Amino acid sequence: MSNASFKDRPKGGVGDSFRSWWNALARPAQWAFGAPFILLIALLPLLNIPLLTTEGTNFGAVMAQFGMYALIAIGLNVVVGQAGLLDLGYVGFYAVGAYTVALLTSPSSPWNQTGPNGWLSTDWAWLACLPIAVAITALSGLILGSPTLRLRGDYLAIVTLGFGEIVRLLADNLTEITGGGRGLAQVAYPRLGVTEEFPLGVFSAGNVGKTLNSGVWWFWFSIVLIIIVLLFVGNLERSRVGRAWVAIREDEDAAEIMGVPTFKFKLWAFVIGASIGGMSGALYAGQVQFVVPTNFNVVNSVLFLCAVVLGGQGNKLGVILGAFIIVYLPNFFLGRTEILGIPINGDSIAQYKYLFFGLALMVLMIFRPQGLIPVRQKLLTYGRELFVAARRRSKAEEAEVTK
Amino acid sequence: MSRDSESEHDPGAIGAGAEVGEEYRHMSEEAYGEGPVGPMITDDAVTVDVADVHPELADPEVVAEIVAPTRAIDTRVGEPLVELNEVSVQFGGLTALDSVTFTINRGEILGLIGPNGAGKTTCFNAMTGVYRPTSGTVTFDHQVMAKLKRNQITRLGIARTFQNVRLFGEMTALENVVVGTDARHKTSVPGATFRTSRHRHEERDAIDRGMALLEFVGVGGRATEKARNLPYGDQRRLEIARALATEPKLLCLDEPAAGFNPAEKAALMDLIRKIRSDGYTVLLIEHDMRLVMGVTDRIVVLEFGKKIAEGLPSEIRDNPAVIAAYLGVPDDASA
Amino acid sequence: MTGPLVGSIFSAAPPINFNVEALGNLFWQLTIDGLSYGAIYALVAVGYTLVYGVLRLINFAHSEIFMLGMFGQYAVLMALGFTPSGNVYSEGTLLTIFYLGIALLGGMAVSGGAAVGLERLAYRPLRKRNAPSLVFLITAIGASFVIQEFVHFVLPQLTGGELGGLNAQVPIRLVAPQEQFTLFGASVTNITLIILGAAFILALGTDTFVNRTKFGRGIRAVAQDPNTATLMGVSRERVIMLTFLLGGLLAGAAALLYTLRVPNGIIYSGGFILGIKAFCAAVLGGIGNLRGALLGGLILGVMENYGQVLFGAGWRDVVAFVLLILILMFRPTGILGETLGRARV
Repeated sequence: MSNASFKDRPKGGVGDSFRSWWNALARPAQWAFGAPFILLIALLPLLNIPLLTTEGTNFGAVMAQFGMYALIAIGLNVVVGQAGLLDLGYVGFYAVGAYTVALLTSPSSPWNQTGPNGWLSTDWAWLACLPIAVAITALSGLILGSPTLRLRGDYLAIVTLGFGEIVRLLADNLTEITGGGRGLAQVAYPRLGVTEEFPLGVFSAGNVGKTLNSGVWWFWFSIVLIIIVLLFVGNLERSRVGRAWVAIREDEDAAEIMGVPTFKFKLWAFVIGASIGGMSGALYAGQVQFVVPTNFNVVNSVLFLCAVVLGGQGNKLGVILGAFIIVYLPNFFLGRTEILGIPINGDSIAQYKYLFFGLALMVLMIFRPQGLIPVRQKLLTYGRELFVAARRRSKAEEAEVTK
Repeated sequence: MSRDSESEHDPGAIGAGAEVGEEYRHMSEEAYGEGPVGPMITDDAVTVDVADVHPELADPEVVAEIVAPTRAIDTRVGEPLVELNEVSVQFGGLTALDSVTFTINRGEILGLIGPNGAGKTTCFNAMTGVYRPTSGTVTFDHQVMAKLKRNQITRLGIARTFQNVRLFGEMTALENVVVGTDARHKTSVPGATFRTSRHRHEERDAIDRGMALLEFVGVGGRATEKARNLPYGDQRRLEIARALATEPKLLCLDEPAAGFNPAEKAALMDLIRKIRSDGYTVLLIEHDMRLVMGVTDRIVVLEFGKKIAEGLPSEIRDNPAVIAAYLGVPDDASA
Repeated sequence: MTGPLVGSIFSAAPPINFNVEALGNLFWQLTIDGLSYGAIYALVAVGYTLVYGVLRLINFAHSEIFMLGMFGQYAVLMALGFTPSGNVYSEGTLLTIFYLGIALLGGMAVSGGAAVGLERLAYRPLRKRNAPSLVFLITAIGASFVIQEFVHFVLPQLTGGELGGLNAQVPIRLVAPQEQFTLFGASVTNITLIILGAAFILALGTDTFVNRTKFGRGIRAVAQDPNTATLMGVSRERVIMLTFLLGGLLAGAAALLYTLRVPNGIIYSGGFILGIKAFCAAVLGGIGNLRGALLGGLILGVMENYGQVLFGAGWRDVVAFVLLILILMFRPTGILGETLGRARV
């Protein structure tokens, strides 16, 4: 009824133009543009670009860690960014995934299945344990979520934090089962690519010092997993599930009144997030082949949250960027003594990483709470035609106005 | 106040709607398969030309057919759809509703009015199952209402709008409406993850019905705009479209004209009548007397939790008890 | 295949002892000690509960306010000329009390100031922008990190290695633990008496302040209905600042009491776990409820001690979380219920 003039419409910036162009592309076209980009990222560790490559640590290992964190960020994004549930104990799911693999495959574990009595063969143990880890972590998400998702948001944060701590304390104290502080060693990993040069396969932690070290292989494997997970999460976003999550995030009461079964979908968000976290934990266990409780602490939970918030909560690609920043930046400075000729003390700068990230969180929340790449979700499976028609019309109107 | 022929909306008359649906589905296949048909004449300042993607929606009759209710309703037209029988609601020592009895008949527009604090909201909540009555019963479509979860109430067939607009701001107009249609869909989470055929079918359905609903209420051109960017009038209409999307048996409008100028109110009255002639039953809670008198079939008046009058608008207008409730009694009369 | 798997699960040695006998023997000792720990939790919990009541915000950084109080008192004592490794109590009773008082004031000042500063820098800009509560929580976590790492890395550089850093400060033993008397067979030391006494006075003072004074009325008014309170002439910003200040002062006092009990607890990460437990205590008693926070703290302290003996030392920290989950499941409004401000639905 009202006639808002075209000129008053909010104008977009560069990011919006790119987004409009991208969203108008048909699926095959998007893949055609995206694949070379992904290939470039995958080849980064091999290209050895001067300033980009880390000095203090192996770049392949850094990228492998980035791959794990990216998966975690995507999983946590489903919980925090999409459904709006603040989860401060996400590291707990990471731990459950890692420990599931370790408990089933480490020789020092009482439940080891890779020995002569077990039903796992050493070569394929890790790959077989991957879906088991995901399933068990999903179950733990279900157990945690069922009683707690009816609570208010603030309480949920504390309870999930408690869960993360409880998992860590269990791992620390159940010494007979989890090895306590000593942890579980010799965790299985996929034994592929066994040649003379790599007697234990390319994924073994012993494969270091070469260009195609284990870090690079794990990085490539995680890229594959990330793409698969992104596809599934994308499908969910553009369905009634994604719409329900955004509705819950926007106005939970109104969503409930419009017929959205909010508890059910909140629980699903939790379970899906947990599964992805468990997947990443299994990756971690396989990569370092040694699982101890000290890593699974609250500080890391907050780092994961930082990746999601920094990158753009709700935006599944933005959080990957966030994960990259979290992992890469401290490693960039580690061991570096000069940048473009300017001497710096890289080690001490890397030390300050928690300080910087904490500051980043605070500053971001004041000035740009939507993160680096704000979310502009598409929630309809077949919405593209409308979008294209709308864009074409607005371009026509723009041409009219500027005549 | 005339009504459309009752035969069109007989219970179980799903056939009529389904036939048109089939025809429409065939037409929309073509629309998806190829590019746009070409721009048609539309209002200015719209951002999408609905005819570009759904050419059949240019015809209001087709739109009305798509939007019309298709779910089976036990109650026949003209029979009581909602019955309140001596309903009382007490909160501790406070009696919010006191033995209220009235009915809402299928196919009518009922107005519920009363001064502030009269208990309209409480009555409404008791009717929709949010509160359990301390005594008395509420019957909806031949079923006694028990305390239900709010999303179950919607599935039962009661939809509502809000006094202060509560749209999902970040979503586009179409996405808001589709959340409503989702209430009737059955795709599961694994189904959505793996894009089963049911998921794809329901998604197409959602957009078809969603666009038709937007056209029906008059915001079709703004389908791809974010809800928070819409002008106020369009937001209110969008809320109505979203409520209709849940395929309700009863549509409850909670002060839908708040903040409207007279022209917008007249347009709203037209829309409410259009909704009713499409086959819905409407409950209207309003303060604006002209609107209530102009659009409703019957009116129920509450004051201090009691029903003080019920009848045709002309009867209510001249009812002394109602006038006293709103305007008060002259000093010498109360002495 | 499942047979051996299930068998192996149950054949692993039970990792949790169930030592009821020890609990029975040490019951009163555990209770007395638990109460003194609990008093510390209680004082910190008040800070959480007041801020939540007034702002509906969990101030995650409150644990760091507590930690700063510990460093504050340490700095004051060092400035007064104590050697870190020395045992201060050899100075004599009156002087010891004097030094305790100074340290107390120093700790309270640092904590109170930090709390107000935190509110100004981190939360006020968000309030001005009407940020949703998720944003507040994330900022709180960020602030917690910033303060911790500041003490961890920056403070040593600023103070030439004297303060802060990776290792716990060398303990300053202010008071030697000396048994004063026994109660039901449990030994009650002077430290326990000081803690309980000081905590009682502070709790009484806070309770009086919140329930009897004009300022306290302002706090309760803003907690219940900020808009009406403003219309009645209560300055919301002033009340918020006062709330943070009050919480900070109490946390600073708790810091001193904590150092009495745990002399080598002054480390950059020393506040974190304690803060979380104090928050659990606040929820246990009823968030937003001042007396609830006090009660919750005491209960938590005692239960922790029991749990530690009953299940084993490593399980001590789990008790707080288990209690939290139980109370949220069975009585979410807490033992005494939420009263300071009606909780948001």
